[in-house]
Amino acid sequence: MTMIFGVPAAAFFGQLLLGLINGAFYALLSLGLAIIFGLLKIINFAHGAQYMLGAFAAYLLLNLLGINYWAALFLAPLIVGIIGALIERYLLRRITHIDHIYGLLLTFGLALIIQGLFTNLFGVSGNRYPVPSELSGGINLGFMFLPFYRGWIVAIAVVVCIAVWFLIEKTKLGGYLRAGTENPALMQAFGINVPLLVTLTYGFGVALAAFAGVLAAPIYSVAPGMGANLLIVVFAVVVIGGMGSIMGAIVTGLAMGIVEGLTKVYYPEASNTVIFLVMIFVLLLRPAGLFGKEA
Amino acid sequence: MSKTYEQLNITELHAYYGESHILHGIDLQINRGELVTLLGRNGSGRSTTLKSIMNMVGRRTGSIVINGNETIETAPHHIARLGVGYCPEERGIFSSLNVEENLLLPPTVRSGGMSLDEIYDMFPNLYERRKSVGTRLSGGEQQMLALARILRTGANMLLLDEITEGLAPVIVQKLAEVLTQLKEKGLTILLVEQSFRFAAPIADRHYLMEHGQIVEEVKKDELESKKEILNTYLGV
Repeated sequence: MTMIFGVPAAAFFGQLLLGLINGAFYALLSLGLAIIFGLLKIINFAHGAQYMLGAFAAYLLLNLLGINYWAALFLAPLIVGIIGALIERYLLRRITHIDHIYGLLLTFGLALIIQGLFTNLFGVSGNRYPVPSELSGGINLGFMFLPFYRGWIVAIAVVVCIAVWFLIEKTKLGGYLRAGTENPALMQAFGINVPLLVTLTYGFGVALAAFAGVLAAPIYSVAPGMGANLLIVVFAVVVIGGMGSIMGAIVTGLAMGIVEGLTKVYYPEASNTVIFLVMIFVLLLRPAGLFGKEA
Repeated sequence: MSKTYEQLNITELHAYYGESHILHGIDLQINRGELVTLLGRNGSGRSTTLKSIMNMVGRRTGSIVINGNETIETAPHHIARLGVGYCPEERGIFSSLNVEENLLLPPTVRSGGMSLDEIYDMFPNLYERRKSVGTRLSGGEQQMLALARILRTGANMLLLDEITEGLAPVIVQKLAEVLTQLKEKGLTILLVEQSFRFAAPIADRHYLMEHGQIVEEVKKDELESKKEILNTYLGV
């Protein structure tokens, strides 16, 4: 059997793939957080709940309306994104003039309410969401077995991340977003409807979380607590990458997934803490994060 | 001179930042094509007057009519659409955008704005540095960029806040030439200025401000006769 650094190749690549999948979720979620933080300066604690809402939206669309995975991949982020836009318009906007820490409290409270509501309705145990038939099965690559759906997650997450990066860094709309992040008052003086831009940006960040939720539904169980557990790690990823950096969120998300996966191969006991260790080192050496700008 | 058209008419304008009352009943009128300055010491309320026109202060009362539209209740992002271009004192160049992206950022508010080529003709330095990050430019280049940016939008009234501040004499000279050219094009300009020597030769009228009020209006041909008053308020 082929060995890599003293570990069977199949185990090595298997964990690497698991790491990449986790990394894909970290990247999508921290990307949404970074976009929201950039313009609203709010740390969106409801992000995990919104990811969970995405998974539940897909689950309910399938079970109540018979809407399949592919349509849900588009519809669930749209629905949850609209809910997000309403949250911004009617709750967050009311507290923009006070300290941003209140935004954190408000979104944290919202997360608890949403999770509580879903726990009441669906119980704590998970619900199963089937892998779409087009992506069931897998392929033996020789050195490892690759389930199609898991490959799909990594591929589509990377595509979506790059598309979002392009949208923000290379288009006119993204220019408005970047400039609005720097100086919203001046953007408004130029004739840009900044309050609307803020609402749409929050909705978009939330839609990204919901999109990740739909991707997660077939491999993790659809449960009210699924986002809360993940969010803690995602915050660590955001801190490592640097708050507000788009590319930082994407690269760090994938990298931390891989670091976590490889730790599972070589020192499984540390796999749950390794990201936090990295975070501590990064904070000591580069307090603004790997891709963040020093204030 | 052709028929005068009122571009801006401010009456009884009061402005507040939180609890502080900054402007105490400003009245000023500007006709289309005029270049008018707001002169005064630091803290006399000149910048606040520009910000109030843009609805960027906390609260304002009174009346501000722009191109015939009452704007005292108008949201900030609708004011630019009436043909107003604002250049803030801190210039507001975006560090996340390069020079050309900065130039192209403000949306067009009226037809008839300058094209990118015309802007580069007027400011050749900006063309040479069009791919540089906006905030890497020299102070003078940043000022040109801040000004050029609002010329592209087609705004026919420019509110310019302290554009000569801290710049080398050769750049100040260039800015005076640019303002004269813009005036010839028929643009209306309201200029907040520290330097009376810069403002005197190019402006049609001056308003003197002190403690949030307009204390004197000085027309171009009254500069000699009102020298004493100017001295008192500006210490020139």
